[in-house]
Amino acid sequence: MLTYFVKRLGLAAVIVSVAMFLLFCMIYLIPGDPASVALGPRATEEMRAALREKMGLNQPVILQFWNFYVGAWTGDLGEEVLSGRPVMTVVLEQLPFTLALIAGGITWSVALGIPLGCWAAVSRGSTADRIVGILSVAVIAVPSFVIAIYALLIFAVQLRWLPAIGAGEPGNLGDQLTHLILPSLAVGLGWVGYIARMVRASMLEVLEASHIRTARAFGLPDRMITYRYALSIAILPTVTLLGVGIGQMLSSAVFAEIVFARPGVGKLVYDAILTRNFPVVTGTVLVTTVLFVLLNLVADLIIGALDPRVRSSF
Amino acid sequence: MTTLAINNLNVTFSTEAGPLHALKNVTFDIPENRIVGIVGESGCGKSTLINAILGLLADNGTVDDGSILFEGADELTTLSASRMRDLRGPRISTVFQDPMGALNPVISVGRQMINIQYRSDLSKEEKTQRAIDMLELVRIPDARAALGRYPHQFSGGMKQRIAIAMALMMEPALLIADEPTTALDATLEVTTIELLKDLQQEIGCSVMFISHHLGVIAELCDDVVVMYAGEVVERGTTRQIFQNPRHPYTARLLECDPARQSERTRHLPTIPGEIPDLRARPPGCIFANRCHRVQPACTAPPPDAVIVDGHIARCFVANEPTEVGGIA
Ligand SMILES: Nc1ncnc2c1ncn2[C@@H]1O[C@H](COP(=O)(O)OP(=O)(O)OP(=O)(O)O)[C@@H](O)[C@H]1O
Ligand SMILES: [Mg+2]
Repeated sequence: MLTYFVKRLGLAAVIVSVAMFLLFCMIYLIPGDPASVALGPRATEEMRAALREKMGLNQPVILQFWNFYVGAWTGDLGEEVLSGRPVMTVVLEQLPFTLALIAGGITWSVALGIPLGCWAAVSRGSTADRIVGILSVAVIAVPSFVIAIYALLIFAVQLRWLPAIGAGEPGNLGDQLTHLILPSLAVGLGWVGYIARMVRASMLEVLEASHIRTARAFGLPDRMITYRYALSIAILPTVTLLGVGIGQMLSSAVFAEIVFARPGVGKLVYDAILTRNFPVVTGTVLVTTVLFVLLNLVADLIIGALDPRVRSSF
Repeated sequence: MTTLAINNLNVTFSTEAGPLHALKNVTFDIPENRIVGIVGESGCGKSTLINAILGLLADNGTVDDGSILFEGADELTTLSASRMRDLRGPRISTVFQDPMGALNPVISVGRQMINIQYRSDLSKEEKTQRAIDMLELVRIPDARAALGRYPHQFSGGMKQRIAIAMALMMEPALLIADEPTTALDATLEVTTIELLKDLQQEIGCSVMFISHHLGVIAELCDDVVVMYAGEVVERGTTRQIFQNPRHPYTARLLECDPARQSERTRHLPTIPGEIPDLRARPPGCIFANRCHRVQPACTAPPPDAVIVDGHIARCFVANEPTEVGGIA
């Protein structure tokens, strides 16, 4: 177990390092001089030179990468161009909002997707099954920002059931949760479709297994067979899928945060790109990469907790 | 009383290439307290027979005709789903063919053994104790610890014995065992068979024992049912079937049994030809295309000829003397 965990952490570190390298290359290859971008057209040549010196842009590329790399691992992601605040602080300030949004998205997708998929599998071939199938494809096909805009228009503007913008009053948990409902639905709705389809397919497979026939041959109640004996196995591929899906949810979060004017790393990176605040862009992307890798690790640990066969291979 | 009376049972699977008549006019009894062996080549319909009894036929399978009467009271072919569920487990319990996949991989063995006792009024401790006792009976070492383990942590033979323990724990009136000793090595097979026989006597249940291993059948069973391509071609007591086989298929099957070969034989005799396609059954005898005693009459459906009371062969020549009879 411990060796498995250490191995996985090592792998995670490698993935993050590769991501850092790619990120550095991308930033480096963007045309234009970051110093002149940061200072604007009215800056003098001396001011630009000074900033270039301060940002380390005169050093050889390899050294620049090395500084970036070592800095990132020690939590130093540089400073925001204008305010001079550490990028790490800025990103970590916004991170909880995005984490809440993604947690909300996962909750929606799991709370709707698993029962729907299960229901479709158990009543295979019925009208219910077909409706779930069509709805799944529909919600997968519609981009999340469209869902976000319509959710906003219908539930917030038309019906006025839920608040439209912001993340809610700080310290007021209830208010924050009501502000979370619509944006997290926008992030999670597409995943309802993926999960329903995935759960349906793996449920159908598991229900054919001979251990399910054994359970039936002992006259176990249908509910125990469906949920305890079949779903607990059929759920496993879905957990893996969700681990990977976090990446896509992170990009949906960008749209949801913009549409609902919510704080969060998506909004942060969007604003940073518009203002060419490159250290913030780099820092945000890096932090979300680490987040993605860590959440994947969590998904694997959950699989281990659910599946004794995997657990004993740890 | 007869524990299970199967009369003229017909089962069809609908397939893309047309209906597949998997069981045709199957008739036999499982008397109280007796062990009935079912023999037959792979694909002859043994598992289909079990599933039909348990009401667990695949979605594309239907019982077209016939009856399965359990303990003289319950007609299993028309029983309601909930009543059938009440019988499965406590009254009729089953050990399935595939020992590797028969247990749920993510639920501990103990939990599974406690779950199947969900109808019982015993306390959790008592249920656990019953599970331990059963595992000890089938010689699972360190039974208490075994309850906490998962199926993948046991060998195939152990899993098979756990499956047997689960079925016998229910103290059923009828135990159905589909090749329950295939995953066991020879010595373990013998001990398991002896164990099964002991427990059967202790519990006082009837057993439907499926095997292609004639030696095991001869050792264990009181009666034998010989199946071929979805039909019961011959049935009788073990002595009748083994000493005086009347259907040419039974005779061939006995000749081909590896255990009967002298050591010098290099090649096992086999029955030439193949089982006919069950989607296009011949109108006459199903075995005619492979039979060494085929007659012109065999193009018509053969009768269930009674040799002596209880010994029946579905064959035109069953009552004529055979050249094979009386292998000791
Ligand atoms: N669900 C199904 N759909 C179509 N055909 C089926 C189905 N189940 C079984 N069959 C067919 O019915 C026949 C009997 O199959 P069955 O599994 O009962 O044989 P068996 O005697 O148990 O064989 P084995 O010894 O290999 O287990 C075979 O021809 C098989 O192909
Ligand atoms: Mg079978």
